[in-house]
Amino acid sequence: MQPNQFKVDVASKLKIVSLVSVGKHPQSGRVRRSDQDSRAVELGLKLTGDNRSGESLTVLHAGDPREQSLRSYAGMGLKSVRVLQLDPSADAILPLGQHLLQCGADIVLTGVRAESGESSGMVPYQLAEKLGWPIVPRVANIVSVEGGVAEVLQALPRGQRRSVMVQLPFIASVDSAAPEARQSAFGPASRALMDIEVVSASVDMTRESWEEVPARKRPKRLKVVKAKTAAERFKAATAKSQGEGGKVMKNESAVEQAQAIFDLLKEEGVLR
Amino acid sequence: MSDHNSNDVLRRDPRAEWIARNRLHPLHGTVASSETAEVRGPSGLLRKNPHKVGFIGPNGIKRIDRLKGNAAATGKGRRSGAAKDVQLPLHKVENPDFYIVVVPDMVGGRLTAHDKDIIGQAHKLISGIDGNGAVLAVCFGQSKEEHFDTAGVDRLLLLDDESYEGYCPEQRLEALVQVESAYKPQFWLFPDSVNGGSDLGSRLAARIGERPAVQVWQADNQTVVCRGAGGTTDITRNTPRLLMLAEECADPIDETRHEAQSVTLDAAPVVVAQLRDRGQVAVDPNAISLAEAEFILSAGNGIHNWDQFHSAASVLGATEGASRVAVDDGFMPRFRQVGATGTWVTARIYLAVGISGAIQHMQGIGQCDKVIAINTDAGCDMVKRAALSVIGDSEAILGELIKLAEDFRAQQSAGGDRDAA
Ligand SMILES: Cc1cc2nc3c(=O)[nH]c(=O)nc-3n(C[C@H](O)[C@H](O)[C@H](O)COP(=O)(O)OP(=O)(O)OC[C@H]3O[C@@H](n4cnc5c(N)ncnc54)[C@H](O)[C@@H]3O)c2cc1C
Repeated sequence: MQPNQFKVDVASKLKIVSLVSVGKHPQSGRVRRSDQDSRAVELGLKLTGDNRSGESLTVLHAGDPREQSLRSYAGMGLKSVRVLQLDPSADAILPLGQHLLQCGADIVLTGVRAESGESSGMVPYQLAEKLGWPIVPRVANIVSVEGGVAEVLQALPRGQRRSVMVQLPFIASVDSAAPEARQSAFGPASRALMDIEVVSASVDMTRESWEEVPARKRPKRLKVVKAKTAAERFKAATAKSQGEGGKVMKNESAVEQAQAIFDLLKEEGVLR
Repeated sequence: MSDHNSNDVLRRDPRAEWIARNRLHPLHGTVASSETAEVRGPSGLLRKNPHKVGFIGPNGIKRIDRLKGNAAATGKGRRSGAAKDVQLPLHKVENPDFYIVVVPDMVGGRLTAHDKDIIGQAHKLISGIDGNGAVLAVCFGQSKEEHFDTAGVDRLLLLDDESYEGYCPEQRLEALVQVESAYKPQFWLFPDSVNGGSDLGSRLAARIGERPAVQVWQADNQTVVCRGAGGTTDITRNTPRLLMLAEECADPIDETRHEAQSVTLDAAPVVVAQLRDRGQVAVDPNAISLAEAEFILSAGNGIHNWDQFHSAASVLGATEGASRVAVDDGFMPRFRQVGATGTWVTARIYLAVGISGAIQHMQGIGQCDKVIAINTDAGCDMVKRAALSVIGDSEAILGELIKLAEDFRAQQSAGGDRDAA
């Protein structure tokens, strides 16, 4: 990837909000900054640059302000972290949506999926629905913001990228393909200010009936051979897998053969 | 022996048996000559005549077929009945009481294995509900799939207008909202995949105000088990109306054929899209890891002009791969090796040039969808595996292919300029 060169409108003072959550290390289960959320903060920091032209980045969390992992986001070079204080089991969508409207955010960055709780990845979608803003999922980078339109690179499977133009304000969920987050420094982290606002939110009742246990290993799917006789079973176990016997071009000229390959490649859409 | 069919019902002919036992009977000769190795004795027991077992092979040696006719399918085609395609029984749903809607990813215009698992899951859910339900598949974009019927699709809504081409989640969402009001489906099933299923499912869930279950790996009508907390916990909960299912959540349909009847939407939804698709951007194909590359051009011992090979890869936009021989001979770096001791690739298109298809290599390409072979040897294993094989010299064919691809690129950039102007 090329180094980031943002073309950001100087006239409009871009306001970026990164939503962060409490992460969980996949192996040890220890509380940490979430990987994708910290990439979202990183992308926000890159977009705002050195704050010369008045852009601003707000890092926003809804939950418990005493949470230690919030400090590790702050350690990425933030003066403060804004926290909407509410019960961690409460539904954060309403207060978050209200706050985003009030502060006039232009770009809202989130992770694709949280590392704790339900981790359904619905927060950006619900916010977008509530606010009526467009959502761009799985963003790898934001290339430029000009004249109220952003050019966004979306991460596709198999290492591909798609370019999408989107009107401000919008919500983007940041993929693991986005640039890696910078290290968190302890000093700035402990000096950062927790800017707390107490909000009220309704408790999520449906979750109380759920049963949560550590993940079981999923059973591997067995290759079931539907054979009636021993000989068929033997054949199924030993036979080489043979394709349906594709088309073979033997006597055509090289030009025709190449044309056939080319047509197939085009039909499959791998030539772009 | 040759027309002996083990599947035939054994019918006794008491008169023939009686004649066969009576060596003095005038017709004994005719019956005895057609006598096979096994006969029912007078008490109904099976009697074997060891002198009559087997047959005389082409070189005059007696051969005994101990596979009881099962070997026939491999060679002589004696059991022509078994070689025929079995028509699976047709599963018909007339006037369905309810629908379960599946929205497959259709990567490259075909149902993926993940999609088929989810259609299988839909049928599992139907069998748990009273009344006859139908699986309605909503497919967006051009479809190349020919086997909707055996995959288990009862009703098919194919939305292949221009407006659904490319990345247009808002347009697709609008169509799904119409499906919601027209069919009132019992369940919505989406593949929880990065190919768009998860995106579309989340959009619909937010729009219709359902709380979806995601990463579901076990589901029935009452409860689902889904992964939470980044895959580290299992959550057991009531089954919501909208599910996003993980891979291998259920077995695909393989014993029935379905109608795959086309249905249409009444009104074409039109939305003012806030997202504008600018198409995929060119990424350096060699920067993509071999394991996840979509299109691989792979070189083996049959490549003699390596400069030509590299230029072919770059003009086709393919990631380079190699067989072990090409790597051992120093023409390609080790991390490009495909196969048992190299990388197991998942490419959709695997173009193998001058690779014979040794088993160690074939293991590595087991998950590839379409293999294309260029080889001088029409009998090699790669040709047997390939969907398209061309027999000829790699250098000549790659040369022609490069020419075609260069023409294509020239046209493309000319078209691009016109668009920009
Ligand atoms: C323990 C072990 C592990 C191994 N692991 C791997 C592995 O991970 N990956 C791997 O690839 N191999 C592996 N191998 C090696 C494997 O057994 C084969 O030797 C190897 O794959 C053969 O490579 P090839 O097909 O390129 O060469 P060959 O078998 O020599 O085949 C060359 C092919 O090119 C064709 N050809 C020749 N000239 C031309 C021409 N001018 N135009 C077109 N076609 C032409 C020939 O007809 C032939 O089919 C392993 C072997 C062992 C013992």
